[in-house]
Amino acid sequence: MGSITLSKVTKSFGEAQVIPPLDLEINDGEFVVFVGPSGCGKSTLLRLIAGLEDVSSGEISIDGVDATSLAPAKRKLAMVFQSYALYPHMSVKKNIAFPLKMAGMDPAEQEKRIANAAKVLNLTDYIDRRPGQLSGGQRQRVAIGRAIVREPEAFLFDEPLSNLDAALRVNMRAEISELHQQLATTMIYVTHDQVEAMTMADKIVVLRAGHIEQVGSPLELYERPRNLFVAGFIGSPKMNLISGAEAAKHDAATIGIRPEHITLSKESGTWAGKVGLAEHLGSDTFSRIHSDELGEITVRTIGDFAIKHGDTVYMTPDMSKLHRFDADGLAIR
Amino acid sequence: MATQHSRSAARLMMAPAVILLLGWMLVPLSMTVLFSFKKYLPMRGGDLGWVGFDNYVRFVSSSAFWPSVQATLLIVGGVLLITVVLGVVLALLLDQPMWGQGIVRILVIAPFFVMPTVSALVWKNMFMDPVNGLLAHVWKFFGAAPVEWLSQASMQSIILIVSWQWLPFATLILLTAVQSLDSEQLEAAEMDGAPVFKRFWYIILPHLARAITVVVLIQTIFLLSIFAEIFVTTQGSFGTKTLTYLIFQRVLESQNVGLGSAGGVYAIILANIVAIFLMRIVGKNLDA
Repeated sequence: MGSITLSKVTKSFGEAQVIPPLDLEINDGEFVVFVGPSGCGKSTLLRLIAGLEDVSSGEISIDGVDATSLAPAKRKLAMVFQSYALYPHMSVKKNIAFPLKMAGMDPAEQEKRIANAAKVLNLTDYIDRRPGQLSGGQRQRVAIGRAIVREPEAFLFDEPLSNLDAALRVNMRAEISELHQQLATTMIYVTHDQVEAMTMADKIVVLRAGHIEQVGSPLELYERPRNLFVAGFIGSPKMNLISGAEAAKHDAATIGIRPEHITLSKESGTWAGKVGLAEHLGSDTFSRIHSDELGEITVRTIGDFAIKHGDTVYMTPDMSKLHRFDADGLAIR
Repeated sequence: MATQHSRSAARLMMAPAVILLLGWMLVPLSMTVLFSFKKYLPMRGGDLGWVGFDNYVRFVSSSAFWPSVQATLLIVGGVLLITVVLGVVLALLLDQPMWGQGIVRILVIAPFFVMPTVSALVWKNMFMDPVNGLLAHVWKFFGAAPVEWLSQASMQSIILIVSWQWLPFATLILLTAVQSLDSEQLEAAEMDGAPVFKRFWYIILPHLARAITVVVLIQTIFLLSIFAEIFVTTQGSFGTKTLTYLIFQRVLESQNVGLGSAGGVYAIILANIVAIFLMRIVGKNLDA
């Protein structure tokens, strides 16, 4: 079982409070992603849960048991670090065996678990190598292997893919998601990449300056962002945010429309503008359109749309997908 | 870059330096070997001709030879043990954040800047003197009879003095190694359930292996030839006569250059034996 509850947790480093009082409920078996810009406190929050940092006040309970002052090793959580933190002088096998050895587990059982983890993670061929002889993706898998042999209540991932190249990142993303399906264990995953968050999470926690801006499933966040920050952060390319006269027409301080919810036409439409930049990817066309009254608008068109720099085009937003925000940046429903 | 032309130009340019260094090494070495086969007594007749291996036989069959080898190895081994163990402890302590860190680190490194002769004299006169020394006062304060350090515990005293000098070096090298350890590794070990001592044993110590090797190798080179510390304290008496000191006595006190030169050749052999053993034991740590 791996349910984790944070209640009124705060963290200060000296004078600076990086986590103001925060409540969060993580259910057993959930894949939760903490996402936010750098310096928003998401890694700190993970380290608080892991026990690597002490909370300044508040309570963390794991499986209903108060774990606030429990040593990291006693919390039955396993962590995968950004740098992988493999032990360079030990072979892959010894790395994976380390937590079992520390727990004083019976050697036969150790062997069984290591063999199993190596099989799941495709590491059998590298089992006697040192971390220095492995590629980035293999190291990543060893780090995950070291976490899964302990059969923890929950896994904590601290930006585990940020050191990998783009192609490998997509692969590892799929592998971690698959692992989650297989193990059905709670996973908490920290990233600054909203694409990782959208593709992997059951539940996304959007953080800004230690505050939780919104908690919800990926689609909930995409369709119903609670405020301007979440609206701007989730979705790629970013939502177009328009304020001023155009927003006032819709009784809002700011209106937002996603690039994929605008239709382009060369003949007629609601807003006119000049093409600044058109990116033709084949599958999609991303165009940045400059409009005098709206500013820069990004539009995504499925398939190819034959436009180039300087063309005049017309944009028609899908009014049912329009987001409205009040002067405080909160969504109006 | 490295065309045939530039390579030969590079060789030509480096030649003077290489030749100078080679001569610097070869001339004294060959003269030592040359003298070792001669009976050469500067004040008593000078060069008295070839004597074959006589000097070598006499040097080894002297009753002072084996004790001097033993004393040399004991000093080297003792100092290495103390500096490495305390060096690791000090490095770990100095790595902790504390108030006045910069000043403390300078203080720790300070003994290394004191010349060997000076530090040995300071130890001898200020600390170990049985009448006026600080340690004698401490002993008297507790009602004990002051220890005559340099005669009653001569070997331990010399090891203590030399360790004091070399501890900063070991600490410095080991401190930089401790600082280069990725803190995430320690955190990972902590999450993996390793308590403090096991983290030291399984993570920190293996990480320090290479630095310890460097400390051991470099210190051995210098410790095999320590001289000043013995010269100004015991003058080789009370069982502290090292091979270096024995050679000094043969050449300068007995004015027997031939015999001393033979001792020098033995010293080279001893140093090589020690080097071979060390490379066997710790050399593999240097492989990346």
